[in-house]
Amino acid sequence: MLLKAVAALSNLVVPLMIAVICIAGYAKKVRVYETFIEGAKDGFAIAIRLVPFLVGMFVAIGIFRESGALALLTRILSPLTQTIGMPSELLPLALIRPLSGTGALEVTVDLVRKFGPDSLIGRIASTMQASSETTIYIITVYFGAVGIRKTRHSLAAGLIADFAAFLSSVAIWRLILTFD
Amino acid sequence: MVNSIWLALIVLGVVTGILSGTSAQVTRGIIEGANQAVNICLGFIGIMTLWSGLMRIAESAGLTRTLARFFAPLARWLFPSVPDDHPALCAITMSLVANLLGMGNAATPLGIKAMEELASLNEGRDAASDAMCTFVAISTAGITLIPTTVIAIRTHYRSLNPAEVVIPIVLMNILATSVALLADRFFRDIT
Repeated sequence: MLLKAVAALSNLVVPLMIAVICIAGYAKKVRVYETFIEGAKDGFAIAIRLVPFLVGMFVAIGIFRESGALALLTRILSPLTQTIGMPSELLPLALIRPLSGTGALEVTVDLVRKFGPDSLIGRIASTMQASSETTIYIITVYFGAVGIRKTRHSLAAGLIADFAAFLSSVAIWRLILTFD
Repeated sequence: MVNSIWLALIVLGVVTGILSGTSAQVTRGIIEGANQAVNICLGFIGIMTLWSGLMRIAESAGLTRTLARFFAPLARWLFPSVPDDHPALCAITMSLVANLLGMGNAATPLGIKAMEELASLNEGRDAASDAMCTFVAISTAGITLIPTTVIAIRTHYRSLNPAEVVIPIVLMNILATSVALLADRFFRDIT
């Protein structure tokens, strides 16, 4: 019930945003169509400006994944995950989540399918998938779009937040299931 | 830091590929990666053009200033370097709202729009401003109220209660965003 309402609401957001902007423009006597076209001319340039940044990042991630280096890193780090109480099956998800959105989604679907959505691993994987963004992608796209090369501490801050989210995703489900 | 991660991904990947005989897959990964990147950019053109046009209407109608003023108390604290009635605050608000509602890819162009507005305050420097770093920190932490994709996956695999993850996810989002903001504050003066 709540879920349906929430889903209906999120489907309404984009159409409503557009309608509200246009009506507000009309009410303020803005020549809406001409103004729209004038502003829309910028959109193409912004999208194209992203190409070099995304190609650079996607190729590097492609090399790292396809070579088996990601799988190797997972194997090297897996003893570490057990000491912090994270089931080692979740490590690939934790490693790929900041790098690749589609890659992480694939891993999540695979974990949920294999262990079941209501298993501990399925629940933690769902939480990890949704509690973080594709940090490296966002940094590449956002800074790339405005031609910023020195991103300062953004990557460090993003990765620290991801790490915190992953650790506490494990902790919160262990806690919930203890009291359950 | 982006420099060294990029280099490490490529060098470690190529070396692993040679040692484990997966060079053919690596080559395929390179080509697919490049193609995928361009496809994403091409996919952005339409929605980016749309938002750019709509934002221009919103600006001309004074809507951006109204929204910015509404968001001002929080913004003054998060982005002290951005003037109170600057369009950047409106763009940031819209981007965050889109993310909150789980709009996914439709939210990215709004984030880019916000970065453009922040760039106009950065006077063409090639280093990120404090405000940009804070905005990116919030965005990378992710602030979804409605994890639509995950609920869809869980429903598909017949969870008894697909939405039971929503509260933990919201809690994790709040935590991740707080950690990102703290890290941003902590590193700001060093970098």
